[in-house]
Amino acid sequence: MSESSDRFSQALKEILSGGFTRTVLSIILGFLVGALFMIGSDKAFIESLGYFFSRPGDAFGAAFAVVTDGYGSLFRGSIFNGEAETFEKAIRPLTETLRLSAPLILAALGIGLTFRVGIFNIGGTGQIISGMIWATFVATRVELPFIIHTVVAVIAGVLGAALLGALTGFLKARTGAHEVILTIMFNYIMFSFFNFLLKDPLLLGEEASTGNAKADPAAASAVLPKILGDSYNLHWGIILALAAVFAFWWLMERSTIGFRLRMVGENPDAARSAGVSVERVHILAMGLSAAFVGLAAANQSLASPLGIFPSAHANIGFDAITVALLGGSNAPGILLAGLLFGAFKAGAPSMQVFGVSPEVLGIVQGAIVLFIAAPPLIRLLFRLPPPQTTSVLSDIRQKLIRRGGVK
Amino acid sequence: MKLELRGITKRFGTLVANDAIDLVVEPGEIHALLGENGAGKSTLMNVLYGLYDPDEGEVLLDDKPQSFDGPGDAMEAGIGMVHQHFMLIPVFTVAENVALGQEPTKALGALDIAEAKKRVVDISERFGFNVDPDALVEDLPVGVQQRVEIIKALSRDARVLVLDEPTAVLTPQETDELMEIMRQLASSGTSIVFITHKLREVKAVADKITVIRLGKVVGSAKPDASTSELASMMVGREVGLTVEKNSKQAGDVVLSVENLAVLDDRGQRAVNGVSFEVRAGEILAVAGVQGNGQTELAEAIMGLRSALTGFGKITIKGSDMTGSSVRQVLESGVGYIPEDRTSDGVVGAFTIAENMMINSSYKSRFTKGVNINFSARRKIAEQLVKEFDVRTPSAVTLAGKLSGGNQQKVVVARELSRDVDLLVASQPTRGVDVGSIEFIHERIVIERDKGKAVVLVSTELDEVLALADRIAVMYRGKIVDIVSPETSREQLGKLMAGVEA
Repeated sequence: MSESSDRFSQALKEILSGGFTRTVLSIILGFLVGALFMIGSDKAFIESLGYFFSRPGDAFGAAFAVVTDGYGSLFRGSIFNGEAETFEKAIRPLTETLRLSAPLILAALGIGLTFRVGIFNIGGTGQIISGMIWATFVATRVELPFIIHTVVAVIAGVLGAALLGALTGFLKARTGAHEVILTIMFNYIMFSFFNFLLKDPLLLGEEASTGNAKADPAAASAVLPKILGDSYNLHWGIILALAAVFAFWWLMERSTIGFRLRMVGENPDAARSAGVSVERVHILAMGLSAAFVGLAAANQSLASPLGIFPSAHANIGFDAITVALLGGSNAPGILLAGLLFGAFKAGAPSMQVFGVSPEVLGIVQGAIVLFIAAPPLIRLLFRLPPPQTTSVLSDIRQKLIRRGGVK
Repeated sequence: MKLELRGITKRFGTLVANDAIDLVVEPGEIHALLGENGAGKSTLMNVLYGLYDPDEGEVLLDDKPQSFDGPGDAMEAGIGMVHQHFMLIPVFTVAENVALGQEPTKALGALDIAEAKKRVVDISERFGFNVDPDALVEDLPVGVQQRVEIIKALSRDARVLVLDEPTAVLTPQETDELMEIMRQLASSGTSIVFITHKLREVKAVADKITVIRLGKVVGSAKPDASTSELASMMVGREVGLTVEKNSKQAGDVVLSVENLAVLDDRGQRAVNGVSFEVRAGEILAVAGVQGNGQTELAEAIMGLRSALTGFGKITIKGSDMTGSSVRQVLESGVGYIPEDRTSDGVVGAFTIAENMMINSSYKSRFTKGVNINFSARRKIAEQLVKEFDVRTPSAVTLAGKLSGGNQQKVVVARELSRDVDLLVASQPTRGVDVGSIEFIHERIVIERDKGKAVVLVSTELDEVLALADRIAVMYRGKIVDIVSPETSREQLGKLMAGVEA
């Protein structure tokens, strides 16, 4: 088992060491793939194919139009709407992007942390739900003064998620069970448990229950305050995210804790010989990872004007994996990748208005990460030089593995 | 079938893994290839098996030159190989595993399991292997799994069988059974190449012995050659190693080990009732042919491997450290140079500076609260790079980019710059160039002169003789004797072969 997880983390290391050029190229390629899908599903383009050889210009024109319309509306929906009457309305999309980026960035920091330690936290969803349970409990069932209520609810969310994460790490360290299996199973358990809690007014459900699985909105004293006044939805979540990005950077790059986390990720044998308990670091890493995810949970719980539904995890736990991979699991990378994916979320509705299926954005996202995760493919496409091998030994080892293997 | 290797040379970059190796294996002969780890045995066999193209030289079978493009060709030509790590599918049965790759089929490509079973039973009966074709491989003991590998090779009509360190994973009883099988195969005409570093087995089963060291054939012998002769052939080194050193000024006991027993990864007793003391200001060398428990002994002292409960006691500077964690041992003032630097000594993806602090990341000169003290780390690293003559563009170069010798200097610098009373150095100069060897030896002697206790685990006899104040010779998990460095090589060779003085 250890051998297979070795290979796992080896592949991960290669993916994360992608470098800037490859990331940018992957994003461009991702958009091109999305463009192909838009063209292929465009009515005008398909009709023009019928007389392609007599007037090919029509087909190209249609293709060009649908792509510019699609991505144009994406831009207007996520960054700046030049067609709006007032400046306030024109920058509204940007604030939406920031709002929707916040939980993605927060959760991706958590997932990225485990990638750096050489383990895989696929349990973002379960952890976000666990965090939401705690945060929602504090926000709807506890009475506290303004600000303090918010702070306590955020802390509760972090704790709720971190405990589940640390439990996963503990089970891994104790039993040797693979964290991927553990976290996936906890996703199921937490999702059903959450549903169960939300259905019962005595537990987390609405007090004036309508029979739906749904919680009350967070108490007014507990909501994350708006930043730009009531005309925008943007709230303190993005500030939380920026602070978390800074905390992540400090933790991973500056602190001795992060040093040990990275050491275990790079070479667990050397870490063990250097007196670091690899098992304990794994527990710590899962706990810290889930703590970041817990901030995303607090963001979901405390900013929802209607109260949370079972689907309030909004698939952030999984999207965060792609954000972390795209961002190379480092603080600035995750910030930028989170903003990009937040923009996709913000822009999707306006694309739909234009008649372009917003699923195209899912394809773009998937394609970007696919290209990131397939380094040889992207190297081939752009004729990039192969990465420098560090030693003759690793050369030999690779050759052995490729040719059926000896050692 | 007669196998001949003529002038095989294989280079990896600047490293010459095989240097003009000649080897002749007569039909029905058990030919032992003896050498330390890293001597080039496995590389040679991979050339034979078609995994590597030799840079020079050729492989002949029955005097006909061969050229293999891969293991498939080699198998076709009648070469079978049993790897140290089995290439079996655990959830398949014995018959399925043997059939894999050349499955007997019925009409429409359906697998003919009955035929596959028959093959296994045939071979199994012919040589008395006693293997059930229907058993799942994962349920079988390691020794039987190995027989499955041998059956696999024989079912492909192998007439030259290569066994790569076959006894490394076996218990002593299983080893004896394997030797019986080898003799039977040989008497039926199969040529066997038996790769090992264990002298006892070689003497027990081989018809002819070729000793390889540092990629070269250094000699051949008959099995009636004395074990001490074989041992010194295997571990000797042509470069004379001399280190200037004053007579020792031994002080208090720093490390004391009493009746220690340690299990290896297979659950066998690798260290079996070992006791010794090391005093401040002396170097105790633990000598012996590789695989006699030295590695496990060093790991047990460091807390990396737990001592068998109920047995033994490890005391460092008067306090009982049995069952302590690695961190506790390190922080009690022990420096550790691990045997395998690339896997245990350095983090290749870390810079030299980062590597200097890997075992002092909790509270040390490299830290400021929970922050890393970057300026102190850079300063210390730059100074150590200079002091220990690490050849590198800068202190922030990745350790993985350094040569083996320089990586080892990083490890040595890290351990010697910590304030320790005991240094455990396991194979500190393995795979290191001659210049670095001298440097590392000098540093170890300086530490000893400063009043530190040193445990040097080494399979290199020259290194042991050059450095040791006392020599503990290990054989099959026990210390045969502790002798002075004036002891003759011949005498040491005998001790290494388990002959008590």
